[in-house]
Amino acid sequence: MAISERPQSAQDGQRLDYQAKLTGRAAYLADMKMPGVLEGVVLRSPVAHAWIRYVDTSEALKVPGVVAVYTKDDVVQGTGIEPYYGPVFKDQTIVAVDKVRHVGDPVAAVAAETREAAEEAANLIVVEYEDLPPVMDVQDSVKEDATLVHETVRIPEHGFADLAELKPIENTNVCTHFKLRKGDIEQGFAECAHVFEDTFILPTTQHVALEPHGCIAAFQPDGRVNLWSTTQNPFVVRTQLANIFKMPVSKIRIMVPYLGGGYGSKVYPKIEPLTMALAQKAKRPVRILLSREEVFYTVTKHAAFIRMKTGVKADGTFHAREAEVFLDTGAFAEIGPRVAKKSAYTAAGPYKFSHVKIDAKSVYTNKPPAGAFRGFGVSQSAWASESQTDIIAKALGRDPYELRMQNIYDEGDEFVTGEKLWSIGVKGCLEKVAQEMKWGEPMPAPDDPSKVRGRGLAALIKATITPSISCAAIKLNEDGSVNVFTSTVEMGQGSDTAMAAIVADTLGISLDQVSVLGVDTDVVPYDLTTSSSRSTFHMGKALELASLDLCEQLRKFVSEEHGVPFEETRMEGGKVLFRENALDIREVLFNHFGMQGGTLVGRGEVKTSTVDPDTGDKTTSSFWFVGAGGSEVEIDKDTGRLRVLKHATAVDVGRVITPLGCQQQLVGGAITGMGQALFEQMVWDNGILVNPNLVDYVLPALGDMPDEITPIAVEVPHKNGPFGAKGIGETSLIPVAPSIANAVDDAVGVRIKDLPVTAEKIFLGMLDK
Amino acid sequence: MKKAITMEVNGASCRVEVEPWRTLLDVVREELDLTGAKLGCDIQVCGACTLLVDGKPVSACSVLAVDADGRKVTTVEGLAEGDRLHPLQESFMKFGALQCGYCTSGFLLTAKAMLDENPHPDDEQIKSYMGGSFCRCGCYQEIMQALRSVARS
Repeated sequence: MAISERPQSAQDGQRLDYQAKLTGRAAYLADMKMPGVLEGVVLRSPVAHAWIRYVDTSEALKVPGVVAVYTKDDVVQGTGIEPYYGPVFKDQTIVAVDKVRHVGDPVAAVAAETREAAEEAANLIVVEYEDLPPVMDVQDSVKEDATLVHETVRIPEHGFADLAELKPIENTNVCTHFKLRKGDIEQGFAECAHVFEDTFILPTTQHVALEPHGCIAAFQPDGRVNLWSTTQNPFVVRTQLANIFKMPVSKIRIMVPYLGGGYGSKVYPKIEPLTMALAQKAKRPVRILLSREEVFYTVTKHAAFIRMKTGVKADGTFHAREAEVFLDTGAFAEIGPRVAKKSAYTAAGPYKFSHVKIDAKSVYTNKPPAGAFRGFGVSQSAWASESQTDIIAKALGRDPYELRMQNIYDEGDEFVTGEKLWSIGVKGCLEKVAQEMKWGEPMPAPDDPSKVRGRGLAALIKATITPSISCAAIKLNEDGSVNVFTSTVEMGQGSDTAMAAIVADTLGISLDQVSVLGVDTDVVPYDLTTSSSRSTFHMGKALELASLDLCEQLRKFVSEEHGVPFEETRMEGGKVLFRENALDIREVLFNHFGMQGGTLVGRGEVKTSTVDPDTGDKTTSSFWFVGAGGSEVEIDKDTGRLRVLKHATAVDVGRVITPLGCQQQLVGGAITGMGQALFEQMVWDNGILVNPNLVDYVLPALGDMPDEITPIAVEVPHKNGPFGAKGIGETSLIPVAPSIANAVDDAVGVRIKDLPVTAEKIFLGMLDK
Repeated sequence: MKKAITMEVNGASCRVEVEPWRTLLDVVREELDLTGAKLGCDIQVCGACTLLVDGKPVSACSVLAVDADGRKVTTVEGLAEGDRLHPLQESFMKFGALQCGYCTSGFLLTAKAMLDENPHPDDEQIKSYMGGSFCRCGCYQEIMQALRSVARS
């Protein structure tokens, strides 16, 4: 199918959610009221690793206002539930049943008439622990004599198709080990003139979506249950709840209000199973709103330890890449196995290597579970790969830009997996960023002689989740207006507006005729997830197809009513055209139904597979997202203090659907990347998290921003995307940290290999020189 | 034991009975149904709960409701006049200074207090005054553009 022209309906920068959000009237989960709701409070483990000897709730139950207390006894012998769950492996339980595996692991929960009563009761629950040595670091965790985090791990019957081959390695803390091989690595290194070996480290960080997680669960008298939740993938959560509570999915209804940020922190079950269990036991609606501290115990970004070895030929050709990527997945597998797999795919960067050997391990430790985080394993491997690219350039006396351009992927090049890459504008992105950064031009001297400046670049390639499913429906009303039914969660990324724009443009109507319902699993068709930068590509396409389905139905009506062959009708500008006639949608509907009324439903579905339906070739990713970033930094020679003066980010977006949304995602992702690069890290002491709050966990603020962040949309359309569009949510984050580290090295000759890049590290590095 | 307090909220007088330990944020959200201000960090750092008390920005998560007795409280719901958005709201809309919107109420009210004190702040003054509000979607550049635009008008 030919790629359509650029959509027009959302070119003026309006967003459907702005009026509500600017006036304080947008409803988020914590803003919802429910009569008779009980407040749920969770009792969490104060230790990182211990057997639970007993849990005594007798005093807690005496607190006035307490309705139910939920403990391991309810999980094990309670209401006939399946105790173990998890998106990849069944290693999680609603509350800890045998041992606690991280500080903050839920041990019990209380539902009471007020939050105060619930908190008081939770404090009166007595738990006896028998301490075990915690493993807090991937390096320790993979040692032979390491204490096991899980004695056994259960495998689900129907897991994710893309992870079916991954299994835990018994009697070790290795959750999964994914191997990627191409050519013969030893031969590859033997053929190289230069071999480089480095180790790179990234700390655990947290998303800090300003809205903490929350859930409300309310059972209905007929046994159905309604949940309102802060989830990015309601259908996956619904499946997990159905498995745990042994209910058909039709009886579990999940509604998702606007999310106050997600960034990956709200995919897969979080507080939903416990809220639902508590509501079931209390026989009353229950809501649990997590505190900021609890959010830090709920999900994190994988810390990583990466060994990278690269062989380069005398002329600078990248030839052999070996990498060992250890990802700290914390106490539960969660989606860690996929994070490791995605990390592996891009550990060779966006470069052509003849010989590749990647080993990516997700490793259990006694930290809170690590899960999805914008960049999903790739910001980890790109930190190593893009930093080492500059190390190589410097050693060979090559320009880092030229060296990248010599080795970077182009259309039709072969990826590590052997498949061909199409719609891959990474070269263009790097070119544009270099231009914007004035690469190759002399650096202007800072006004202050105690300061020195440098520039750095980085590029990336990342896969999206494949295979996956997006189903969508739209309803055409009697007046020609449209209601959109999509499970894509509006969490700030502007998806409601992008989806509405795709429908409006495909039907040829204006954006103000389109309404997006919001997520309700009883109503909207199935969608796998709002993550992996997949929504515009997959759901957008499903909605384009649903709109085309409607167009076809309208043309059929006209064809039948006017005796015109179907092929001689067409739809344009919201009108059905045949011969010299043009009927608007409302007229066609009126003629069909014979009165003002009736509904037409358009359906669309997108299911991607690991085989390209057009060519039969293997595809690891239904589209690839690529981009590049550049940073200019200024460093105080006396103190090491670093300031990013400018950042440019170029992303191959395929096709711009909503210009404002594109700009916000590109710049916003880069700013999240700045936090990861410069400030953020969770700090541990003897298994205890010392900074689970926003005083000690440092976030970037307005004053930390560069003077200028320049977003550049490069458009290399994709044949399967709506209007040629691809996903853009994660791309701009990934090159930020390595581009800054590369700029630091350019400025002062100090190579930082462990994030974050702090003044202290730069200062100590300058002292060592 | 509850205590009766009277506040002028968005120009209207209101009387509520509250426990002395309840925060202003809790009372405004739960008793007055003004939910635009959000709980973010609970320790006066993130800015999401910012309200104006007698025109000054406060972290309502850490102010007791009884301490607002007899004072004027402004919430984001009180910024627009009927259907007419406040110039700050207009500017945020024009420059796209929000994504998820969770921090927006705090940013708008802090900015209002800043402009009431100093109608034409320069960039450094804006960055300094707005330093107590976090936006995790990363709209700082658009927020800066929106604030600059109002500050220069």
